[in-house]
Amino acid sequence: MEPTTKTETLDIEGMTCASCASFVEKSLTRTPGVQRAMVNFATEKATIDYLPTQATPATLKQAVVNAGYGVTERAPDTSAADRQAEIDQQKALAYVKLKRRFWVATVLAIVIMPLSMLMLWPAMMARVNMQWLNYGLLVLTIPVLLYSGREFFTSAWNGFKHRAANMDTLIAVGTGAAFLYSLAATVVPGWFMRRGIMPEVYYDTTATIIALILLGKVLELRAKTQTSAAIKALMGLQAKTARVVRPDGQEVDVPIEQVQLNDLIVVRPGEKVATDGLIEEGRSAVDEAMLTGESLPVEKKTGDPVFGATLNKTGSFRFRVTKVGADTMLSQIVKLVEDSQGSRAPIQRLADKVSAIFVPTVVVIAILTFVLWFDLAPVEARLPLALVNFVAVLIIACPCALGLATPTAIMVSTGKGAEHGVLIRNAEALEKAHQVNTVLLDKTGTITRGEPAVTDFVPAEGQDAAQLLQVVAAVERQSEHPLAEAVVRYADTQQAPIIAATGFQAIEGKGAQASVNGQAVLIGNFRLLDEAGISLSSAVRRQADELLGQAKTVLYVAMNQQAVGLIGVADTVRETSAAAIKRLQGMGIEVVMMTGDNPQTAAQVAGQVGIKRYFAEVLPADKAGKVKELQAEGRIVAMVGDGINDAPALAQADIGLAMGGGTDVAMEAAGITLMRSDLQGVVTAIELSRQTIRTIKQNLFFAFIYNTLGIPIAAGLLYPFFGLLLSPMLAAGAMALSSVSVLTNSLRLRSFSPAKN
Amino acid sequence: MDTTEIIVTLTGLALSAFVIWYFFFSARQTASAVSTASGVQEVDITVKGGYSPDVIEVERGKPVQLSFYRDEENSCSEELLMPDFSIRRDLPAFKTTLVELLPQQAGTFTFTCGMGMLRGSLVVK
Repeated sequence: MEPTTKTETLDIEGMTCASCASFVEKSLTRTPGVQRAMVNFATEKATIDYLPTQATPATLKQAVVNAGYGVTERAPDTSAADRQAEIDQQKALAYVKLKRRFWVATVLAIVIMPLSMLMLWPAMMARVNMQWLNYGLLVLTIPVLLYSGREFFTSAWNGFKHRAANMDTLIAVGTGAAFLYSLAATVVPGWFMRRGIMPEVYYDTTATIIALILLGKVLELRAKTQTSAAIKALMGLQAKTARVVRPDGQEVDVPIEQVQLNDLIVVRPGEKVATDGLIEEGRSAVDEAMLTGESLPVEKKTGDPVFGATLNKTGSFRFRVTKVGADTMLSQIVKLVEDSQGSRAPIQRLADKVSAIFVPTVVVIAILTFVLWFDLAPVEARLPLALVNFVAVLIIACPCALGLATPTAIMVSTGKGAEHGVLIRNAEALEKAHQVNTVLLDKTGTITRGEPAVTDFVPAEGQDAAQLLQVVAAVERQSEHPLAEAVVRYADTQQAPIIAATGFQAIEGKGAQASVNGQAVLIGNFRLLDEAGISLSSAVRRQADELLGQAKTVLYVAMNQQAVGLIGVADTVRETSAAAIKRLQGMGIEVVMMTGDNPQTAAQVAGQVGIKRYFAEVLPADKAGKVKELQAEGRIVAMVGDGINDAPALAQADIGLAMGGGTDVAMEAAGITLMRSDLQGVVTAIELSRQTIRTIKQNLFFAFIYNTLGIPIAAGLLYPFFGLLLSPMLAAGAMALSSVSVLTNSLRLRSFSPAKN
Repeated sequence: MDTTEIIVTLTGLALSAFVIWYFFFSARQTASAVSTASGVQEVDITVKGGYSPDVIEVERGKPVQLSFYRDEENSCSEELLMPDFSIRRDLPAFKTTLVELLPQQAGTFTFTCGMGMLRGSLVVK
């Protein structure tokens, strides 16, 4: 047998000229096992054909390194994971720094506060030199400003240069103004006194605001890392190594990045499946909960697909790798969830418009507040009052909460959806799903299993059921017809003993014949028996009519020229369908069914699952038309389908839900993909969407109400009526709490779990 | 109204006018993408208190590669959002992050920081 070669592409680092390329090429060509190596200087790539029995990607890299050059790691998911790890590390470091800055500010603010209050006790004031006390406070405040609060100032300045204003602008201008005023009052108190103003200082305000805003940031950062916890958990599921069977039969553990297409991999009980592939040998039960949300293990046998990151339970098997890296199911899911977290929900548009103009507008309001207070307040108090209100407006109007309201909720809920096998393509789909009032189900494959199953096994009078089943199964085991497979599956579930059939012959369009235990057996449609000259007894005929009346396909069985039984076959309804439909109806949603079947079958299935309205005999090309018909009635339609022919209808619907193992085309056209073939997923998707939108609305309400009420109060609107002013420190506390409360509200979505019947 | 009040009022109004003009009406920094031999439109963007350049012109139907270099540690700019292209990226400080996309429709697409404060736009022609 000719040895198979593999091709590897490496990204080469450090080549400066064409001769470097030929140097690398030579080094590679001399490596044992390499049959051909080509190095392109312009693209910095090396393409190498090699014998996997003699060389591995690692030895190839080593050859490049030996030549004095480097290899850039290219495996897409590895670099993504590395990048993520680096980002995580940087974030962790930023968090530590932030906490340090927060503690410095807090400790100093705790010292500054009581010292500033000394003036409240006249007895104390008499003993302390005001001027010296102010200088002392100044010295304590400078580290708060320059160390703890420096980021606000640099960020505000950088933003200013870009004509962009952000929350830091507000904090910097607010605390900066309070500090500069205090500095002037400390250094030249005489200037103030001569104008009849007490030279008051606001060092406590400056320090406390910075400490409180930093507290808000610390809490915010902590909560924010939790919003993407679900997706991180998903990424962390990937197996780190795989046990590859080498062509010589040797089993070797290799890092997952080195696994290649068509490798044979062994999975033992309790191990994770390394990547996607097809089972070649063995059988087992595999826990696929991480991909589908289904908690029951799935039986797998030769020929069945397995997916990376799922957990092998009982048996041991070998599978052939069909997908690696970014192509695997897990990577696709992670990518989809990441994409959806990057999208914008339409509900966010208003908040976006507001936040774009927010900061400069607030700065203008703050300036006008200052002018009004200065002009209207009594002369001796006008400067301090104008200043305090100016600062309060700036600090309370921080738009953090507004900016966090939607994205945090979307992040938590898309992650949560993935956990339950509901993949949401984008935020718009999530938002659309909560408005749905009509769910249109394509019958085959959604309500029903989409494959025929034996529903009735009817032996003729005087026949032994168990024995007849053995005989029938013996014949059908040799056939590849879908109906025959259904019969074999049925026999297996009944644990019918396996016996042999000889002389099997398929009869096109009619059925099959074979010989079992020396008896001639015929299984097929009525025509098969009719043409063989076998007549049916009136009892058998009556039973057949009954099955046909229930819209079932009937298989007739004859032995030795005598009709001995009937098998009723139909596409069966999934166990969960009726309950899920009831649940949808309970949520106020009308469930409508469509099918290509005749009205009789349609009525039968609809009745079984409690659907009142259905469309029968719908041609695949007309499916989208039915969606339009419902939309014309003013309904918001969710379409659920699983096949390529459903794609136009999925796209036409207000929201399309592609169901489990759905084709790529269907997934492409759908806003939501359900990983599991189960209508319960539709319920989960709509419930999740409703809960998410509710959370977003609460968040936006809190953020808007907070700013719309907060700003006028801070500006002093209540002062003429109630003599109430908002202290800038209180404003800082409220501002810190607002974004934390919005985040906490979003995090409540983490406790979402779909209602089960 | 005394003289001080008049001065404060006029200064306040002038400052307000400046803020409105400076943040809303002043000219933006525009840059066009540079096409490489392989047909990729490349643009380098520095992130520091904002995006420079913040208006980027590209051609429709050709792949675009945006290199974001984040030249600060301030947390405001740590996330990049391009909602029209379903992109959310963390921008590590003092590192270049590549963002690739294929604009298929003409129009103006906004990109922002995580909270929508810092803004830029991709103009597809």
